[in-house]
Amino acid sequence: MHSQLTIRSIEEKALAIRRGIIEIMANGKRGHLGGSLSIADIIAALYFHQMRIDPTNPNWEDRDRFVLSKGHSVLAQYVALAELGFFPREELKEVKKIGSILQGHPDRLKTPGIEASTGSLGQGLSIACGMALGAKIKRKDFRTYVIVGDGESTEGMIWEAAIFASHYKLDNLTGITDQNRLMASGSTIVGSLVSKWRAFGWETKEIDGHNMSEILDALDWALTVKNRPVMLVCNTIKGRGISFVENNVDFHHCALTPEQYEKAVKELSERGGKK
Amino acid sequence: MCRMEDMRDAYGDALVQIGEDPRVVVLDADLSHSNKTDIFKKKYPKRFFDVGIAESNMVGVAAGLSLTGLIPFIHTFSVFAVGRVYDQIRISVCYQKANVKIVGTSAGLSDAHDGATHQSVDDVALARVLPNMTVIAPCDGIEVRKAVRAIYDHFGPVYLRIDRMSVPFVWESMENCQFKIGKANCLKEGSDVTIIASGSTVHLAVKAANQTSKIGMKAEVLDMHTIKPIDEDAILKAAKKTGALVTVEEHSVIGALGGAVAEVLGEKYPAPLERIGIKDVFGESALNWGELLDAHNITVEAIVDAAKKVHQRK
Repeated sequence: MHSQLTIRSIEEKALAIRRGIIEIMANGKRGHLGGSLSIADIIAALYFHQMRIDPTNPNWEDRDRFVLSKGHSVLAQYVALAELGFFPREELKEVKKIGSILQGHPDRLKTPGIEASTGSLGQGLSIACGMALGAKIKRKDFRTYVIVGDGESTEGMIWEAAIFASHYKLDNLTGITDQNRLMASGSTIVGSLVSKWRAFGWETKEIDGHNMSEILDALDWALTVKNRPVMLVCNTIKGRGISFVENNVDFHHCALTPEQYEKAVKELSERGGKK
Repeated sequence: MCRMEDMRDAYGDALVQIGEDPRVVVLDADLSHSNKTDIFKKKYPKRFFDVGIAESNMVGVAAGLSLTGLIPFIHTFSVFAVGRVYDQIRISVCYQKANVKIVGTSAGLSDAHDGATHQSVDDVALARVLPNMTVIAPCDGIEVRKAVRAIYDHFGPVYLRIDRMSVPFVWESMENCQFKIGKANCLKEGSDVTIIASGSTVHLAVKAANQTSKIGMKAEVLDMHTIKPIDEDAILKAAKKTGALVTVEEHSVIGALGGAVAEVLGEKYPAPLERIGIKDVFGESALNWGELLDAHNITVEAIVDAAKKVHQRK
């Protein structure tokens, strides 16, 4: 259980992430809006509460690792990293411009704070498994976190990694599925992920991926699981936080018209302290 | 009777030696007996992981391991080592410059029995076009040992390709073999024609050069163990010196050694070139490797003929 104060402060960060995402998409810049908004609360919980990280020392050997396997949702991560000071906030204006440190998908060689280059779906979970195994080989106590999309979970490689992590008892790995039930072109076809992860030997919990109290409790609970990897299947809403974007695949990858942009900014400002 | 060694035995041996470094981690995809990684497994069981028959995940896990400072060596047959996991190598390894060593065994046609599904005619070409990748095909047991040490010392993605069969020693001793990534070794001096070979065919090139000398044609032989970065200087020096070149490889003539040499010559110093290798076809089953090499015209005689032909084209 976390105090209302803690929960409230992380919810504020999630709101700041959503505002930051919209800000990046000003002036008609295209972005993966829906999926970035659906992970905003989870990203806030990880970066502003859960993970052991030090923005002044991004290469600290004992830091927790985070892999965004659904790399297209990186706008949410960029805002969090900027908030934490991994790079100046002004860089957010440069997203995707030629020469920018902020690419269309995560690039660990260009962006301080990015741990793995992803973007070709299905690969990040395996990378996270390697990091978790690396910690065990090196007898380090850092933890590895990875966000996987539910659409991405149709990739066969995800299930190769699922078998691997379970067999090698990677209990220092917390998997998080952003289950927003939509892929780029419509509903996902992946079926029940909770039963799949359980069948693959992962300790699995289904939670509300927009309820900060539930997210924080689940992340804590994951730390107590021994001998198995953990998967938190988070029910989310693609586009969460902006009415006309929610559950609308037209906003999977999109540009906002000036009117849409104004409306989005207004809606997020009206939310105030509410998530 | 010349001395022979299975390249895999040399590899297994070399891997155990670099295993003294606790950062070295070995992954295999259910082929540890064939790949000779089982020797490492026995000596360092806590740093050996069988991923099962799941090559894509093996590549991703290796990338993750490397990002924690470890040095993963991953293993499967050459036919699976690049093509089957191409996008994983492209993004998780090469794009983020992960320090992963990819080792493909049973290269070329050397898995004769198993046929086309287990014979790699395109792996070097595929690996070669990936940015940040280094591609190496050693020629004998001694060079395998040298190459393993060199790729362990080199930071960055590497694809190492070795055959499954016994091949004659090209090098006399470890001391005798100077191995530097990206630097071709001249095995025989000559002034009339240059034979550039890589991997298991280098010993054929040496034999062919000995034969041409009997008919008064002095052939120089280059062991081009590194296909990327290709040793441009050595190719240009040879082109200027002999003005006629032959490439030999147990791979498609498209995109690998033959292709790389043609690119260098075409851009920098056009000279006649003949390419010995697999002619844009898949492999097939045969009861022994030699029979298959004969069928694909990867023979001493074919190299001699090519040398004569290219010499006439000068």
